[in-house]
Amino acid sequence: MSRSLLRSAWLPLLALLGACVAPRADEKVVNVYSARHYNTDNALYEAFTRRTGIRVNKIEGKDAELIERIRSEGVTSPADVLITVDAGRLWRAEQAGLFQPVQSTVLSRDIPADLRDPQGRWFGFARRARVVVYNRAELQPSEIRTYEDLASPRLRGRLCLRSSENIYNQSLVAAQIASRGATATERWLKGLMANVSRPPQGNDTTQIKDVASGVCGVALVNHYYLARMLDSDNPDTRAIAARVGVLFPQPTHINISGAGVLTHSPHRENAIAFLEFLASPEGQQAFVRGTHEYPARGTAAADATVRAFGPFQADPVNVQSYGANNAEAVKLMTAVGWK
Amino acid sequence: MKVEPWLRQLRRLIGSAPIRSGGAIAVALLVALPVLVVLSSLAGSGPGAWVALVGALPRYVGNSLGLLLGGGLGVLLLGVPTAALVSFCRFPGRAWLDGVLLLPLAVPAYLLAYTVTDLLDYSGPVQSLLRTWFGWQHPGDYWFPPIRSLGGAIALFSLTLYPYVYLLTRASFLAQSSRTLEAARSLGCSFPVAFRRVALPLARPAIGAGLALALMETLSDFGTVQYFGVETFTTGIYRTWLGLGDRAGAAQLAGLLMLFALALILLERSSRRQARFFDTSAGRQVPPPIQLTGLLGWLATLVCLLPVLLALVLPLGVLIQLQLQPLDAEVLPDSDFGLLLQNTLGLAALAALLAVAVALGLAYARRLQPTRLIRTSVRVAALGYAVPGSVLAVGILLVLGMGDRWLAPLTPEGRAVLSGSLLGLVFAYLVRFLAVALSGIEAGLEKIRPSLDEAARSLGETTTGTLRRIHLPLLRGSLLSALLLVFVDVIKELPATLVMRPFNYDTLAVRVYQYASDERLAEAAAPALTILLSALVPVLLLSRQLRRSHQSELHL
Repeated sequence: MSRSLLRSAWLPLLALLGACVAPRADEKVVNVYSARHYNTDNALYEAFTRRTGIRVNKIEGKDAELIERIRSEGVTSPADVLITVDAGRLWRAEQAGLFQPVQSTVLSRDIPADLRDPQGRWFGFARRARVVVYNRAELQPSEIRTYEDLASPRLRGRLCLRSSENIYNQSLVAAQIASRGATATERWLKGLMANVSRPPQGNDTTQIKDVASGVCGVALVNHYYLARMLDSDNPDTRAIAARVGVLFPQPTHINISGAGVLTHSPHRENAIAFLEFLASPEGQQAFVRGTHEYPARGTAAADATVRAFGPFQADPVNVQSYGANNAEAVKLMTAVGWK
Repeated sequence: MKVEPWLRQLRRLIGSAPIRSGGAIAVALLVALPVLVVLSSLAGSGPGAWVALVGALPRYVGNSLGLLLGGGLGVLLLGVPTAALVSFCRFPGRAWLDGVLLLPLAVPAYLLAYTVTDLLDYSGPVQSLLRTWFGWQHPGDYWFPPIRSLGGAIALFSLTLYPYVYLLTRASFLAQSSRTLEAARSLGCSFPVAFRRVALPLARPAIGAGLALALMETLSDFGTVQYFGVETFTTGIYRTWLGLGDRAGAAQLAGLLMLFALALILLERSSRRQARFFDTSAGRQVPPPIQLTGLLGWLATLVCLLPVLLALVLPLGVLIQLQLQPLDAEVLPDSDFGLLLQNTLGLAALAALLAVAVALGLAYARRLQPTRLIRTSVRVAALGYAVPGSVLAVGILLVLGMGDRWLAPLTPEGRAVLSGSLLGLVFAYLVRFLAVALSGIEAGLEKIRPSLDEAARSLGETTTGTLRRIHLPLLRGSLLSALLLVFVDVIKELPATLVMRPFNYDTLAVRVYQYASDERLAEAAAPALTILLSALVPVLLLSRQLRRSHQSELHL
């Protein structure tokens, strides 16, 4: 390799570095760290920019890592807003002192009380239900009424689960610890482990496919993965989803997609405007468009596929318990051998 | 070239031994800083919350050991025989296979995991077809090897990582002058004996280096084992840190893991020390000596073809087929593909240049002054390769955060300039992949006889001059290989990129992750294919370089 080639290569690379360090002045921005990865979120951010003139800078990543990044950046953090897809993570960020309280009449009016922190440190903008899917040919929906029923000996070898690494499972177990105590929850977990048909693996879509193809009779998934498959433009995917029924255990465990303004936010006003936009009818619609989540405002699902799942009795969201019991949940799941 | 006197003095100062070794140690420590920060959380903290995971610890250790042993055996079985066949035997398709055996290096392990699972799972096409053929109804009706298992993970790592062993072993076989083998044979050794007693021992350092790289990458993997539901040390660290929120506990586990990696490196070192050979004769290109004919020849073809089919053609095929399926309309098509590609390649180029420059400096400093201090610093600097990417990223973020707080008074708004900058990200790649560059360059330097250095110095050349006029030309092949290897690794890298990148800055791997984490494999196919294809180009260059190096490098 010639030296002149090497030298000429350095210049544009240095310019590239410089371009990214230099901030652009005179522009209204809000910096968002988001654990959501939906293409449709781009439309949401664009709608916000159109309405307010505030440009959205975003980094999408895993929530636990983003929280670590905010902690490491400390007072120098450029982040204004953190969006997570799990209530327990919101709680952890709150405990680490990452969120600042926000007093907004708009937010306290539009977001139901159980979906937000009383001090305004975070707000839920969409709800997701942890439901049971079952193989229509193998099971009657009447066989399962609660999460407890999944541990029943009748389902021996017929349950599919994904890894306990998954935050949705962790929050479900944390909620069970809150409502029924650690001992009963551990017994329940042992029952689940006795019922699994194969080692826990894959993602929620894997569970649905395995139920459809008969690897197991029932599985636990977030409702929107099934809704998405039913709505798919791929006929094969629709055919798989059609073999699967959905039922909402009594009461149904709800998790939230939520956000808060960060303690060291450099653009606090813009950040609050962003949250208020998410709570507005337009923002709510954009937030759940394409994700099949339940919006935070009102109880009705936004789209026809999810509406067809029918009404259900939701367990009040107790974010405190998801977060505070998370470590206990992980320990119990590890102890019973839930991989 | 005319040189200003002050510049010459500066050069002399930089070239002086204390400055040089001090500089090398400083650079090595800077690179090692994130790892040291992770480890320092060990001090002053009692046993962390991971004590709760003690029951699971034997599983973690067992699976990690299983992966290392199985994967190690796998990469040796795939890498060494293929390199030997291509180097010493003639059989149908040999020249062509020599070119393609390296290509699976372009395939990230997580991509192979996604695609193989899609293909071989219970609900996948292969098992569905078998069920229709044989009239099976339920999973209990037949046995099919479970894909998401320790065995599956071993197979997967063997297939994606054997190219490291192949690359270094093949280079070593090429560099051995055919006269060495001829001499052995003229002394009455049959070819198998000559191979076993001469060629293989000569190649052992190279095989060891390739094996160490493959094993370190196996140790640090998180995405694949998590997807397969195999609990390893790495998933344990991840669970402690990000699941239980226990930094200290995770650091303690990570410390254990690093000790493990260090043991691996030392093992490889000691095996290399016992077998330090300098090639004292010039090689020359001759056709491979052994002609394999008939069935044996085709068997050799199959042995060399199989890993390529499984590790490259299979995922390519699945991705192309996924790409042809109808995509969900609610997922917008990517309009910024060019930008993604540009970001990916730009980062990879920058990181590769930096890693090679630093590795060259460290390797050369070590050659000039192999003191214990320098040797240890260089070792520690290379440890980042064995640390799980996300754990390393958190360590690096801590270091950058500290730097930002120092710099804050100097910046207009007091905001982070290092964390979330491209500079920080490139630093992360340097920490992560320095070992890759170092390994190739050190192996290259070791092949150069010390007598050459002595000759140059006795003729009045300075150390920098020796480096520039003697070593650099001789090392050209090794440098280019190191450059390309790091380049490919950066294209494939995910965890550090994901959490450390600047605002609005996505790469291809990030895009694949975004779709895959949203459980949209079909939509992930387009960026995944682009990763594969853009990594294939440098690997093809590497492959050509490997075969060329023989002629260019060793004819003195």
